[in-house]
Amino acid sequence: MNAARHDPAALPRLALTVLALVLLWPALSLSELNLGVLLDQDNARTMGRFVADFWPPAHQGDFLLLLWRATLETLAIATAGMALALALALPAGLAASRVLSLSALHRGGRPAWWSLLARWPVRGLLIVLRSVPEIVWALLFVRAVGLGPTAGVLAIAITYAGMLGKVYAEIFESVDPRPARALLGAGSSRLGAFFYGVLPNAAGEMLSYSVYRWECAIRASVVMGFVGAGGLGQQIDLSMRMFAGGEVASMLLVFLALVLLADQFSRLLRARLT
Amino acid sequence: MTIRLHGVGLTHANGTRALADIDLRIEHGERVALIGPSGAGKTTLLRLLASALLPSSGDLELLGENPWRLSGRARQKLRRRIGLIHQSPPLPPRQRVVTAVAAGRLGQWSLARALVNLLYPLDIPGVRGELARLDLADKLFQRCDQLSGGQLQRAGIARVLYQAPQLILADEPVSAMDPVLAGHTLSVLGREAQNRGITLIASLHAVELALAHFPRVIGLRDGHVLFDRPAAEVSPEELAALYANEQLQPPGDARPLHNELQVQRC
Repeated sequence: MNAARHDPAALPRLALTVLALVLLWPALSLSELNLGVLLDQDNARTMGRFVADFWPPAHQGDFLLLLWRATLETLAIATAGMALALALALPAGLAASRVLSLSALHRGGRPAWWSLLARWPVRGLLIVLRSVPEIVWALLFVRAVGLGPTAGVLAIAITYAGMLGKVYAEIFESVDPRPARALLGAGSSRLGAFFYGVLPNAAGEMLSYSVYRWECAIRASVVMGFVGAGGLGQQIDLSMRMFAGGEVASMLLVFLALVLLADQFSRLLRARLT
Repeated sequence: MTIRLHGVGLTHANGTRALADIDLRIEHGERVALIGPSGAGKTTLLRLLASALLPSSGDLELLGENPWRLSGRARQKLRRRIGLIHQSPPLPPRQRVVTAVAAGRLGQWSLARALVNLLYPLDIPGVRGELARLDLADKLFQRCDQLSGGQLQRAGIARVLYQAPQLILADEPVSAMDPVLAGHTLSVLGREAQNRGITLIASLHAVELALAHFPRVIGLRDGHVLFDRPAAEVSPEELAALYANEQLQPPGDARPLHNELQVQRC
């Protein structure tokens, strides 16, 4: 037969490729991407002058002290924001995933329709939390609680809770479901099955994603500094306005160090856990 | 009585009929072996008895209750009294054996106790005792991915024994062990079941093990019960009829396929 000789997956794959191309082309023209601007004489000169100021990076004593305090503040914003986000994301991730569904046990892993329906409010909440960019939350909170790190912490907590919750839910669903199902099938409670059946398999991936998000939170806290939410960002904003290229360079080096630190930290934790 | 099935049938979602019209009574404390060719429905029947599958028709009674007429909470309570031994035990690779075995009692424990046990094993002597019965006491603090297939199966058996259920269902519990170890493990399992008054139902591929270790043997074929009698009364003709397979080609015809299989790598 003809049907037996062809790969049944070939047609859907071809359709997906064509669909991706059809969707990408208008996106390219809609975003008005024009690399020619970069080669324009005037623009190149302005940028060149600013970048030339980068060397040597600023290293006066009082500036370094300022830099140190701003770095600590940035780390504190990112860490506190992540801690709050975790407190919200873990329960939400559990509620949004179907691994602990009792009704899925005897349905071959597919929960009953009412069980699927009950997950939508949680999913909706996570979508709302992460669909508003953290910078918008930061602007909002700067109005509400005033200038300073508090606004940054709250903004990170809200957006990252949405992202972490979604990704945790996906990690829970992607690990081997059999251990948790076996425990539920032996009468265990859902949380018991989670801690003994899902977490051992999911912990490594969750950890590396969380540390990566912590790294993103450091960067995000900088962007939010521009709208007055404290930390390194506020300093960069000030230095850029004063065209102090050296100071900007020092701060960018600090960033590099922070990201490197996060990377090593993640590697260390993963090595301990796996 | 422990288990009663009346006219139970099960049709999978894709339309294949796994079990049809099964009538079965298994009394408290009995030890029963399920034998039959691959695809006969042995695993399906065990999963049905573990209340992990919903029968499409018929009446099912487990430990005096019909699990599908109970509320979700009461069904979980019933499931605590039933232990299922899996052919490849679903133990997380990074979990330590002591934790994996202790997880058998999660149904009886409060969440607080379960969490503390995760940080520090609370009942090391109890877990060690179950492992020692299966000659695994030295693996107590090793990770599950350090065990061989046969050791993992024995760890799975230890978990179910630690659960202390009233009914143990075993799906090919010794398939990854050598014949001597398989016989020894089955006799340990049978003895423990007898001493503790646990009903034991095990599916087995090895007929001689089934006949040697179980007083009662049920032959399953194409989702039907072909015979159900004491092990001593099972005749060679019945066994031949149970495993007869018309679809297998004689070796002469299968030669080209055989060559192909040899070069193939997984």
